[in-house]
Amino acid sequence: MAKFGSRQSGGSRSLPDGAAKGPGWTARAVLTTAVLVATSAFAADTLDPNALKRLVHQDCGSCHGLSLKGGLGPDLRSETLEHYDADVLTGVILDGIPDTAMPPWRPLISEEEAEWIARYLLAQEAQ
Amino acid sequence: MKQLILTLATTLLMTTAQAEPTATGDLGLVIERAKGSVLLVDQSDRAALARIEGLGDLSHASLVYSPDERFAYVFGRDGGLTKVDIVTRQIVNRVVQAGNAIGGAISDDGKLVAVSNYEPGGVRVFDAETLEMVADIPTDSKTIGLVDAPGRRFVFTMWDTGETWIADFAKGDPAITKITDMGKNPYDALITANGRTYITGLFGEDGLTALDLWAETPEPIRVLPNYGRGQEEMPVYKMPHLEGWALTGREFVLPAVGHHEVLWIDSDTLTETGRTQTHGQPVFAMARPDGRQVWVNFAHPLNDTIQVIDSVSKEIIHEFKPGPAVLHIEFTPRGHEVWISVRDANKVMVYDTQTFEKLREIEADSPSGIFFTARAHRTGL
Repeated sequence: MAKFGSRQSGGSRSLPDGAAKGPGWTARAVLTTAVLVATSAFAADTLDPNALKRLVHQDCGSCHGLSLKGGLGPDLRSETLEHYDADVLTGVILDGIPDTAMPPWRPLISEEEAEWIARYLLAQEAQ
Repeated sequence: MKQLILTLATTLLMTTAQAEPTATGDLGLVIERAKGSVLLVDQSDRAALARIEGLGDLSHASLVYSPDERFAYVFGRDGGLTKVDIVTRQIVNRVVQAGNAIGGAISDDGKLVAVSNYEPGGVRVFDAETLEMVADIPTDSKTIGLVDAPGRRFVFTMWDTGETWIADFAKGDPAITKITDMGKNPYDALITANGRTYITGLFGEDGLTALDLWAETPEPIRVLPNYGRGQEEMPVYKMPHLEGWALTGREFVLPAVGHHEVLWIDSDTLTETGRTQTHGQPVFAMARPDGRQVWVNFAHPLNDTIQVIDSVSKEIIHEFKPGPAVLHIEFTPRGHEVWISVRDANKVMVYDTQTFEKLREIEADSPSGIFFTARAHRTGL
């Protein structure tokens, strides 16, 4: 199953070229390496906002509309959703709503991704 | 001065007379859903000819053609109804007729264009010439599965109330026949090419419901009442489309809801004759016009793949990945080639249906529906 978080990796960035020789060179090199390692480890769990935005507008949009104004599924614009907490929306995304057409997305996305989507929906500018 | 005007007029007349006439029989339009434009294409040349812009929100858009294959009526998600002249390559009229629309149809005589709406729920009918509204039919429900039927009729179904209505415009003001108890949450519907059988797929319960439009008083006929999401409730990530429901010999094939399979149904008895396991949840199951092959695309996240099923053996004979987000499949009228829109590749791909060889890639911006003008002469399209 496709996950949306694992594509970007900070570890693929090129090395900073300021690794100048001289006093402290070794220390700086070690520090740089440490930062790179840390970045990579963090990046593995970092979400890919572009992929998630695409998911929201294209795939959620197949029921809720490309611009999220609603379709077979309800309007998802921020002014409509503002009465809901992000936690509630995250739960709906992950587990769906029984007896409606809203499916659980848990098989396809992670909890972090669902939470990102919930916050993204709430933060959308009013249109 | 008079001389000049005369000369100009003569020149104009001559230009008109000598201009190459535009034949539209092998043209088509591709919806560019993100940009709100349509791309005019030529199926013989396998080429894009022009882009026509300014059609509003075209996510989930569709269109129908006038009987002379000159005008397209484009139904946008934002309620926009746009009349496009594919000869002059211009928008000739546009109305925003509702807040949220889902599709449309044109009457058999080409005089009326109907649009089904989610908000406000119902159907609105327009004069095909002027786009003036001639009838407003509120249904108190999101309205889906709108098709034309012979005899200047439109048939449509209500997601919320599970009713199907037949609006008969033969005598001017519509006479409406209401059929209740079609089932819970019908999500789409289609009419067979001969205009006799109307079938809705159900989301809220198992099976499908058919109507015999040749009957004096059509009654709901349950089809596959034991088949559906019910056995093991499956999440559905994209509602299947039934437009592509196609006759292959004496059978229909249709996408299952939720399950990874297509179903084969005897067209006379409306009983199941087989199932074919597929790669994912099918969205469109489109038969090649001769009925020999069925091409299937799939819901997210398996929407990069197409499978081709042989309608005699019911086995998958070919599988390939045209690219990310395959949204629609349209055959040339005699089926020798197929056009496939690949949204996230920003391309329409053209394939030979015998050899499966890719013949052409055509640039398009987030392409979705592909509509060739030959649809003008088919009931239900």
